[in-house]
Amino acid sequence: MAGPLGTVDDSTFDEEIGSATAPVLVDFWADWCGPCKLIAPILEEIAEEQADALKILKLNVDQAPSTAQRFGVMSIPTLILFKDGEEAKRIVGAKPKGALLNDITPFL
Amino acid sequence: MPETNQPETGRPETHNVVILGSGPAGLTAALYTARANLSPLLLEGEPSSTSDQPGGQLMITTDVENYPGFPDGVLGPELMADFRAQAHRFGTRIETVKATRVDLSERPFKIWVGDPETAEPTYEAKCLIVSTGAQSLMLGLEREIEFVGRGLSTCATCDGFFFRDQDIAVVGGGDSAIEEAAFLTRFASKVTIIHRRGTLRASKIMQQRAFENPKIEFIWDTVVTEYLGDSAIGGLKLRNVKTDQSSELAVTGVFIAIGHRPNTDIFKGQLEMKANGYLVTEPDCSRTNIEGVFACGDVQDDIYRQAVTAAGSGCMAALDAERWLESQHS
Repeated sequence: MAGPLGTVDDSTFDEEIGSATAPVLVDFWADWCGPCKLIAPILEEIAEEQADALKILKLNVDQAPSTAQRFGVMSIPTLILFKDGEEAKRIVGAKPKGALLNDITPFL
Repeated sequence: MPETNQPETGRPETHNVVILGSGPAGLTAALYTARANLSPLLLEGEPSSTSDQPGGQLMITTDVENYPGFPDGVLGPELMADFRAQAHRFGTRIETVKATRVDLSERPFKIWVGDPETAEPTYEAKCLIVSTGAQSLMLGLEREIEFVGRGLSTCATCDGFFFRDQDIAVVGGGDSAIEEAAFLTRFASKVTIIHRRGTLRASKIMQQRAFENPKIEFIWDTVVTEYLGDSAIGGLKLRNVKTDQSSELAVTGVFIAIGHRPNTDIFKGQLEMKANGYLVTEPDCSRTNIEGVFACGDVQDDIYRQAVTAAGSGCMAALDAERWLESQHS
């Protein structure tokens, strides 16, 4: 995926999350998931608007199956917000931008 | 270019044509009205995993094998992305918002997005095309929302991947239930179809595929009465409707495909509808009971409900709308 979002996979996940100074939102997605595609542009907007407060990383569950399994992801899109390396918030399913921001901003 | 009177003046924008909904019907209506230089505004809806969403029901389906022009089939989300791109190419303005209220009592029609209690509407429309479609029904059992994303799914394409080598269930007996079950056998070790009747409603070709698939089993004349499990689905409680006997089925995933209801709540008391909530249109056209309001796609079709019939009726609505707008000026 081009744009303002980084990517993460099984081999880079621990380092990316562990070394982050700002909260990290990980987007568990896949090519074959329609609702994932609907929220992709919203996440790009949020990443640009919140560039100082939040990092957003995309995790393709086809390419990073063990990380998806490790976090018990059973439905995509799933967004997990990590703060200081710990899971702080989990959002399952596609939502409009306003609802996503309501879920995320208390942790920023 | 769209004629817009931006809300700086405190007035809502007025458009020639506003289209509500962005499935095959809405996007075809957008394509045709855009090519007729009517500068349509399309309110495509908001992302959701449990309700209606931009692109409509094809966004949560897999291979579409019965849309003409695609001899090898096409993925639902890809087909809808192409529909959208085509409507956009000819100048459709697309907003990712959902109408929360409409007032069709006078023209121009009034449309609200966001807070429906606001005094001023967000948009006004000389002509309105309703293509809000239908959405999947849930079972309505206790703890249903809690289990969504925790073993309970309404989207086989989205979630099938996570049930590799597991035993799962599909509830329903129509085409979409059988399609989901067949798709899920790519991942699951066993898929049990639970159907409240003794025969399937699905098309013959789908039935045959299901009966021949060694990974698919059936439980007939049976309904789900309870979701079992602590933090995720661990099983289902079932009741045979003929013998009234209860049983339990151990599954880690359950996919619901029991049918649809039309997205017509905001039109209640304004547009004529059937007892089941589907909009009524005049025979052989897309006119509703209100002059200047046209309906197309699944929102007014409880019989065919196909992507290709929705697209066809979207074209009808666009042509009806175009002719009606012309008649208003002459």
